[in-house]
Amino acid sequence: MADEIKMLKVTIDNITIEVPQGTTILQAARQIGGEVAPPAMCYYTKLKGSGGKCRTCLVEVSKGSEADPRPMPKLVASCRTGVMDGMEVKNITSGKVTDARNGVVEFLLLNHPLDCPVCDQAGECHLQDLSYSHGKEGTRYEFKRRTFEKHDLGPYIQLHMTRCILCYRCVFVADQVTGKRVHGVLSRGDHAEIATHIEQSLDNDFIGNVIDVCPVGALTDKTFRFKNRVWFTKPVDAHRDCPNCKGKVTLWQRGDEVLRVTGRKDQWGEVEDWICNTCRFEKKHVNDWVIEGPTKIDRHSVISQGHYTGLDKPKETFSAVHGGRAPKLLMDIHSVSEVNRPGIALSEIQGPATSDTFNIDKQA
Amino acid sequence: MGRKLLLEKAHIPGIRSYEVYRREGGYASVEKALRMAPADVVEEVKKSGLRGRGGAGFPTGMKWSFLAKPEGVPRYLVCNADESEPGTFKDRYLMEFIPHLLIEGLIAASWALGSNRTYIYIRGEYAWIVDILEQAIAEANANGWLGKNILGTGFDCQIYVQRGAGAYICGEETALIESLEGKRGNPRIKPPFPAVKGLWDCPTVVNNVETLAAVVPILNIGGEEYAKIGVGRSTGTKLISACGNINKPGVYEIDMNISVEEFIYSDEYCGGIAHGKRLKACIPGGSSVPILPANLLLKTAKGETRMMHYEGLADGGFATGSMMGSGGFIILDEDQCIVRHTLTLARFYRHESCGQCSPCREGTGWMEKILNKIEYGKGQLSDIDLLWDIQRKIEGNTICPLGDAAAWPVAAAIRHFRDEFEWHVKNPEESQQRNFGLAHYADALTTV
Amino acid sequence: MTQFSDTRLAEVRQIIDRYPEGKQKSALIPVLHMAQEDFSGWLSPETMDYVASLLQLEPIEVYEVATFYSMFNTQPVGSHVFEVCHTGPCMLRGSDDIIGYIKGKLGIGVGETTADGLFTLKTVECLGACGYAPMMQLGKHYREHLTPEKVDAIIEECRQSVA
Repeated sequence: MADEIKMLKVTIDNITIEVPQGTTILQAARQIGGEVAPPAMCYYTKLKGSGGKCRTCLVEVSKGSEADPRPMPKLVASCRTGVMDGMEVKNITSGKVTDARNGVVEFLLLNHPLDCPVCDQAGECHLQDLSYSHGKEGTRYEFKRRTFEKHDLGPYIQLHMTRCILCYRCVFVADQVTGKRVHGVLSRGDHAEIATHIEQSLDNDFIGNVIDVCPVGALTDKTFRFKNRVWFTKPVDAHRDCPNCKGKVTLWQRGDEVLRVTGRKDQWGEVEDWICNTCRFEKKHVNDWVIEGPTKIDRHSVISQGHYTGLDKPKETFSAVHGGRAPKLLMDIHSVSEVNRPGIALSEIQGPATSDTFNIDKQA
Repeated sequence: MGRKLLLEKAHIPGIRSYEVYRREGGYASVEKALRMAPADVVEEVKKSGLRGRGGAGFPTGMKWSFLAKPEGVPRYLVCNADESEPGTFKDRYLMEFIPHLLIEGLIAASWALGSNRTYIYIRGEYAWIVDILEQAIAEANANGWLGKNILGTGFDCQIYVQRGAGAYICGEETALIESLEGKRGNPRIKPPFPAVKGLWDCPTVVNNVETLAAVVPILNIGGEEYAKIGVGRSTGTKLISACGNINKPGVYEIDMNISVEEFIYSDEYCGGIAHGKRLKACIPGGSSVPILPANLLLKTAKGETRMMHYEGLADGGFATGSMMGSGGFIILDEDQCIVRHTLTLARFYRHESCGQCSPCREGTGWMEKILNKIEYGKGQLSDIDLLWDIQRKIEGNTICPLGDAAAWPVAAAIRHFRDEFEWHVKNPEESQQRNFGLAHYADALTTV
Repeated sequence: MTQFSDTRLAEVRQIIDRYPEGKQKSALIPVLHMAQEDFSGWLSPETMDYVASLLQLEPIEVYEVATFYSMFNTQPVGSHVFEVCHTGPCMLRGSDDIIGYIKGKLGIGVGETTADGLFTLKTVECLGACGYAPMMQLGKHYREHLTPEKVDAIIEECRQSVA
C-alpha cells in the first residue's frame, strides 16, 4: 500500500494523460509525443541534475493542480517541474511560450558562429533544428560575436567553445559516468566556458560520451573530423562483445567503411547506453562488429535521407478518414509512366529505389 | 522624529564591544527567547508582520514556519550578508557599528529554528567586517551566549562567518548556499526550496542581516507592539541607505510612515539635493527596481503623496510605481544622464550574471552593448525598441531573479525617459557635450 | 614551493572544523583567500593545485571556483591593487573622473599594472559603499570620498610602504 505509486492526471495542450507521481512535465509531454514535447537543449534524462538552464522547454502552467488551481505566475522549465494532479499545461497552444521560446533561441544564437557548413554536427544538431523551428531568418545582433581560444582536449575530442551553449551536459557526464572530472565551466557570465584550465587531455575510458550528449558541435569526434557529412553516412545498429560497456552502438558507414561510432540514440537524441572509448574510437572496421540492421531514424531528420526503415504507415485508410470518399486521382501515374509498374507498392521497397526495382522481369 | 529600533544605540561610544552592548540591555531578547518554546518565537515573529529586508519582502514568520523538520536531519540558519545591490549599504553599517545586534538576533533565530550551526555569509569585499563579527562572536562565546548548553537550556549553537569572494549573484539564496558549499555561485533550480533542501541538502532558512537584527526588538517589545509601528502590511522600521546626489548620504532608520518628500528634503534624513540642484529621478529600492522620475516619485499617479513603505513605493505597479526592494535609495540630480546611468547598471548585471541560463547570459551583454552605443552617440531609434524587446524576453524567463533585476532598470528607464534616449540618438554630438537635463518630469521646487 | 606555514595550516584545519564531517569543500573559498594573500596576491595553477590537494578536491573544482569569483586573481597583479567602483551610485558622484585621474597619474589603463609592478588599476562593480562615493578598495580596506588629493596621498602611502 505504502509503495503504491500514485497516478496523476495532467493535460498538456488539451491532451490528457495519466503519469506516475514524480514525472516531470517534459517527460509527460514526451509520452504524448510529437510537437507537444517541448524542445530541450540542456536536459538529459540519464544525467542527474541536468536541465533548467537553457530555457527552451519553458511552458505555461495555466492550472497548478486540482487542489490549487491557480496558474503559475511565470513560465516554468518543464524539464524540472513535476506534474501535479489535475495540472493543465500549455506548450504550443500558448502564445506566451512561443514568444519566450523564440526569444531563447535568439539568445542561444546570439553568439553562435553559425558555421554549420564546416561543422561536423550539422545535420544532427539540436540547435540547428531549433533554429529552423523557432529562429528568425536574420539576426538583430550587430556586434562582434564572442569567440574563445581553442583548447585541446587530447587525441579524440575536439572542443569548439565558440559553438557551446553551456548546457553543462558534458560536465555531468564527467561527474556521473567517468567518476573523475578534469574539465568544467570556468569564468562566469557571458565569458563562462568549458575548459580544463591548464590544457589537459580528457582520457577517461568513458569520456567519449561527452560527444554524444553535446547538443551542438562544441564537442566532436576527432576521428570523424571533416571525414563526411552525417547525412551521407548510413547508420546501422551493431554490437560487439565489449569488456567495458554493453557494446551496443550505431555505426555510421559509407559503403563498408565505418566512419564513426556513436551510442544508440532514441527519438529525443538521448543515448540508450553509454559506450566506452574503445568501442567509439578504436573499432572502426566492419569486422569488429555484428551488424544488426539499419538504425531507425526519424524521417523528419536530414539523416534519414536514403533511409526508409521505420516508416509508419497510416493505420486508417483514406476513405475512413474522408468519411467514405474514395481518393480521387487527377491522373493515373501509370498511364504516363513506363517505369512505375502498378504491381509494385512503393512503400514495400527496401532502401533507395532504382530503376531496377521496378524491373519485374529482371527480378523474376 | 521616527522611532528607532535597530540604530537606537548605534551611536553610543563603544557599543561595538560586548561590555557596552550588554550594559545597554543587549542580549535580553536571547534570555527571553530561550525561555520560550521555539514555536512561540516563530509565532511572535509572525505576529510582528516582519517582512524580509533583503529585497523580496517575503513575510519572515511565514518563511520560518515553512522550514521542514524531518527527524534526525540538522537544520541550518544562514544569514545573508552578501549585500551587493547597487545603492545598498545598510547591512554593512549595522554589522560595522553594532555587530552584537546581529549576533543577538542570530542566536534567538537559531533557537527558534533549531539551528546548531549558523553561518553568516558575508560578501568578500567586507573583509574588515569579518574581523568585527568574529570579535563579537568570540565575546558572545566567552559570555555564554554561544557554545554548548546555552543558559542551561541544553541548546548548542555556534555562529561562523563565511567570506564570499566577489559575486552579486551569491545574494540569491540558493546561489549563496552553493557558494557556502564551496562551489560556483550558480543559483539552483527551484523547487526544491531551501526550506526543504538547502545547505548540504538539509532544511535551511536564509535571512538578510537586517531581518535577523529586527528579531531582537520584536522579542523585546513583542510582536504585536512591533506590528503597530508603520502602516498596514509594512510593519516596523526599515533601514534605508541613501546615496547619489543628496546632501547627506548615509543609512537612516525610518518607521514606514513618512513621505518620500520628507525623506529626501528633511534635514533629519537626506537633507535635500546636493549643491542646491533639483531632483530628476530616483531609484528607491536598490538598482534593480524601476527608476521613477521626480513627478512620479513624490506623488503617485493619482496625485497622492507617495509614502516610504512597501505599498507606497509600489503604488501604481511598474507603470507608475516602483518597489521598496532592499532600501537602496539612489537620487539623481538634474545634471545626471539617464542613459549613462542605465548603462552602468546594465554593465553591472552583465558582469554579475552567473552565465547559467541563456536569456540572462546573452541578454544582459546585449543590452549593455546597445546602451553603450546609444550613450556614445552611435545609436538608432530602432535600438530603443530593440532594448525594450530584449528586456521583455529576459524578464521572467530566467532561473533566478537576476534576469528580472537586469531587465527592470532598462525597462523603467525607457518607460519614463524615452525622450532622453531619443534625444541621445538624434543629437549624437551634443549628447557627448552635455546632458539632457530635467525636461518635463521635474519636481515642483519643494519647500520642505 | 607552494606551501602554507604551520600556523596557516592550523587555520585551515580550524576552518574545516566549521563544517560538518566530510564537507571540507566548503572551506574552499576561505582557503583560496588565504592562498591569494600568502602567495603574491594571485592564484597560479600551482597554488590552486596545492589548495585542491589540501582539501582533497579535484583541481578542476578549484579552477571553476577561482575563476567564478571576481576577487580572485588568476593572473599576476601589482603589489597594490586599486579597485575603483564605477557602478551607478559611484558614477553619479564622479567615479569616472577619479578613474581618469588615476589613469593619468599612474600612466596605465584599466586592467594594467605599472612597469615597476607597484600598482594595478581595476574597475569593479558596486562594493556597497554607495553613500561614501567615489571609493575604491585597497587591500582589506575601503578608501572612500575620493578626491584627486586623496588619490595622491594614497599613491604616496603605497610607495612609502614598499620603500
